Order: sequence, then structure tokens, then C-alpha cells
Amino acid sequence: MIPNLIGITLLTFILFHVMVKDPATRFAGKYATAERVETIRAELGLDRPLHEQYLFFLKQIVTLDFGRSWATKQKITTMIDDGFSATLSLTIPPFIASIIFSVGLAMFAAYHRGGFVDKAVVVTCLAMMSISSLVYILFLQNVLAFQWGLFPVSGWDPSWTGRWEYLLLPWIILFVLLLGSDILVYRSVILDEAYQDYVRTARAKGLSNRAVYTKHILKNAMIPVITMIVIGMPFLITGSFLIESFFGIPGLGGMMLKALNESDFPVIKAMTVIISIAYMFFNLLADIVYSLVDPRIRLR
Amino acid sequence: METHAQPNAQPNSSELSAPQSTNRRNSLWWDAYRRLKRDKVAVISFWIIVAYVIMAILAKTGLLFPDVNASVGDQYMPFSLEHPFGTDIQGRDILARAVHGSATALSVGFIASGIALIIGIALGALAGYYGGKIDALIVWLYTTVDSIPYILLIPSLTFVLGRGLVNVYIAVGVTSWVTLCRLVRGEFMKHKSRDYVLAAEALGASHARKIFRHILPNVAHIGFVQFGLGFVSAIKFEVILSYLGVGVDPTTPSWGIMLDDAKLELSRPFWGNLLAATLFMFFLVLAFNLFNDALRESLDPKLKNK
Repeated sequence: MIPNLIGITLLTFILFHVMVKDPATRFAGKYATAERVETIRAELGLDRPLHEQYLFFLKQIVTLDFGRSWATKQKITTMIDDGFSATLSLTIPPFIASIIFSVGLAMFAAYHRGGFVDKAVVVTCLAMMSISSLVYILFLQNVLAFQWGLFPVSGWDPSWTGRWEYLLLPWIILFVLLLGSDILVYRSVILDEAYQDYVRTARAKGLSNRAVYTKHILKNAMIPVITMIVIGMPFLITGSFLIESFFGIPGLGGMMLKALNESDFPVIKAMTVIISIAYMFFNLLADIVYSLVDPRIRLR
Repeated sequence: METHAQPNAQPNSSELSAPQSTNRRNSLWWDAYRRLKRDKVAVISFWIIVAYVIMAILAKTGLLFPDVNASVGDQYMPFSLEHPFGTDIQGRDILARAVHGSATALSVGFIASGIALIIGIALGALAGYYGGKIDALIVWLYTTVDSIPYILLIPSLTFVLGRGLVNVYIAVGVTSWVTLCRLVRGEFMKHKSRDYVLAAEALGASHARKIFRHILPNVAHIGFVQFGLGFVSAIKFEVILSYLGVGVDPTTPSWGIMLDDAKLELSRPFWGNLLAATLFMFFLVLAFNLFNDALRESLDPKLKNK
């Protein structure tokens, strides 16, 4: 965990301080005068030696003070704070909805495995996964919001009561985006259970297919299902990157992509580190939940 | 224990006396090939991929739609026999751009996934075989790369490197080797103490010989499967990067650029770019997904009896 944190800061630093030739020029734009570039460079401390810049960057992370955005002059810490709330309120509902729907359908498909229903489910899922996520967003936003006017095209209300109106369509799109891969994953996880020895025993003692599935497989499959849910949890941070920029939602992803467009280096750096730490935190949480759910893991 | 090594790697196997050809026909690869040939979906998918490759080569050699950047008529012409998807804002034939876009996509899939394959196998083999400090360093490297979400890392990397097709290859390639590296490392750790490797060592095989001649052939199937999966995700990333404006140059025909154009055209409404890019990408990615599934099943010994 700690070595990885250091690794992330090193990687970020190398990317944005060593590999980018001249951030000040890039931010100032092509037509800036030489003096203006010099002023920016001095203001940002880009004229100091690299190791000093790295130590300063580490200090920023430890004190959680990343300074201000070059583009909007806002405090970056405040931006990130708001970003988390926007991103999580966007990703959590579709994440849960998709799990419930997918596990149900996967169970149904696994019950009919090899049959027509199962094949139809698998082919539909694969087809859904073969369309770029950009297409879903472009198409649904255009048809449902722009042409039919069922939802606002884009926008955001930072208050908790006002934001739902803007979240509805992004929720639907995220849900659709999740379905294909979720159903396939849960189906294969449930099918793995269907080949275990205890299933053979249950069949040998004469239980019906229905009883084998509801009484035996469903209960045992819950462990791998929960594992898969937990493994998918980093999605809560990264799942909505594209959607946010389409719908003008000021979440982590929308902010990041905006900063990339504006060459807003302090924001990009801060976001890379903070999002990676959050991502690591969710992965750690995944490991903990995993060992709580399945006692066998702890024994190993 | 199932090993599919060369006959000289198996010390006391009865196969030593068996003729060479029988042994080859019983190998994992022959078995997988037979399974794939029986699988109709896999065969069809394979030929779809081949068709795309031929189309891309024809486009690149100038035999198919040589004047892809030339204006052929008015802007936003409706669908017609001559221009099945109409023309775009500069009056260029959209079908031609989609065909050339598949060349871009395939090249990104092949090269980026190839870079990831080389890095993943090299680092995974080193870590798993030598263990110790080398292992610790490589594990640190890939857990670090893995803790930065791809959707964040890849756009940042292309942003730093600048726009362009070559930079897309590099950015996607140097970031997508983690899963393969982890799997190869695990396999090498498992295989390095197996009897056939110990036997090779007893016969005086060098480290390099053990890695390349003995262990690698037994691990290569993982590389195949991961290469296929990497291919698909590289294609998807190229589209997203180009859409975001940190991918290929705007003059390079790309499905991502077409979707970017489509964003402004949908309100007209003009569907040509969206439809063409979606359909072309759909069949390629679907064929790859189906083929990958079949390939993984045919190469996975555990699934064989199901």
C-alpha cells in the first residue's frame, strides 16, 4: 500500500514534470509572449530543480493542499470534495440496480443452460458489449433528452434535492452500460458452482433441477457473486468518467477531462493522485469484505 | 499433471518412444485447433476478422477508397447507393472513412496489444522465474500501474505524449500488460519447480534455455488469450481517446473521430457518422468477443470436460 502510494506519486511526477517538456508554455498557449511564459513559470515553481519540485508535490499531497486551478482559480481541494459527492451519487444507484437485475437474469440463464433462453441471453450481452459506450451515451442523450425532451440535456444542481432531475438519464445509461458484462460475469460464476461435487451429490439423491438450483447452487453461488460485486467496486469512482463530461456533471471524471482539455496541470496531477488513492481504497475494501464473506480465505 | 512440453523435457514419459507426429497431434495446440474447428461460431467469427484485415490492407494499399480525404460532393448528402452512409461536413464519403477507420483500429489493436504482450511476458517470466528482489520490484511496478485507473492513466499519457497514432500505440501498449504479467508470473512460479524443469536443469540447461524452451511453451496459451482480450480493449480505447481529442490526429480516419463529428450532427439530425462507426465497430468487436470466448474455452484444460 505505502510503496504503491510512493509509486503513484513518482509516476505522476515523471509524467507531468519530466515528460511534459514545458508545462508553462503549453498552458499559456501558442500566442503568449515570452515574459508571460516566464511569469507563469516562476509563479508555479517550474524553474526550480526537479527534486525540489517533487518534494513540494509530496508536501501538497500530505497536507492535502493542492493550491488553485490554473484555469478557474478555484481551490482544488474544494473541487475534489464536490467531485466525490457528484460522482458517487451518479454511480451508486445504477451499480446496485445492475447487480440485482443481473444476478436474477444470470440465475435464470444458468438454470436453462445450453438452452435457447441461455444462448439468447449470452448473445444479447455480447452484442451489447460490442457497441462503444460512447454510442450509448450519444444516442440516448440525443433521442431521450434532446429530441423527446423527457430529461434535461445537461446541467447540474449542487444541492441534494435538486440534483436528481439531472441524474435520471445518466443513471439509465450507466445501468445499460453495466448490464452486458455484469450478466455474463455472474452467469459464469453461477455456472462454475453448477459443476461442483455437491451438485452431483444432490442430483444423485434424486433432487429436481429446481430444487438443486434454489436450495443448493443459489446459496453457494452467493460467495463468488459477492466477490464479483466487491471486485467491481472501483467502478464507483471510475465508471462515470465519460458520462460526466457529456452531461456537464462536475464529478471527478468530468473535472479530469476538462482539465486535460485546458492543460490545467495542477488539477490533473491532484486528480490522478486522489483518484488513484480512492481506487486503492476500494480495492482494499474489496479484500476485507472478501475475507469477511468467505471464512475459508482467512484459513489459507 | 498435464504438461505439453517438448519430448526431451519429459524424463520418463512413455511418449519418448512414441513417434514425433503422434505427439504433436496430441498437443494442446492441436487439441485447441480441433475444438475451434468444430465450433461454428468461432469459425464464422474468425472469417469476419480475416475479412476486416483484408479490407484494411486493401484500404491501406490504396486499392479500396484511395481518396479518403477528398471531397466527393456536397456536405451531409443523404444515404444513397453511391454513398451508402452519405457524406460528412466536408463532403467526404462516410463509408470510405469507416473502411479506413477499421485499418486504424486494427493497427492499434495489433500493435498496442503486441507491445503489452511483450512487456507482460518478459516481466512476468523474470518475476516468476527468478523470484526474490526482481520479483518484488516487478510486483511493485505492476501493482502501482494497476492502482491508477486506466481511464485516467491512458488519456494522461496521450496528453503528455501528444496526439498521433504512434502515441496511441505506445500509451495503450505500455499500460495494458498488467493482467498478463500477473498470470505469467503465477504460471512461472508454478512451473519452475516441476519435474520436467528440474530434469532439464539436471541435464545442464541454462536459465535462458529453461525459460524459453521449457516453461514458455507451457505458458504461451495465456498469452494468446490475453492478446485477444487486449486487442478488443485497445480498439475501444482508441475510439474513446480519439473522441476525447487526445487520440489520433483529426485527419486520420478513425471511428472515434467520426463519433466526435456525430456529436454535433445528431441535432440536425444526420445519422451517417454515428451509424457507420457503430456498425463497423460492432461486427469487428463482436467477432473478436465470440472468437476470444471460443479460444479461451478450447485452451483451458479445466473447462474441457464440461
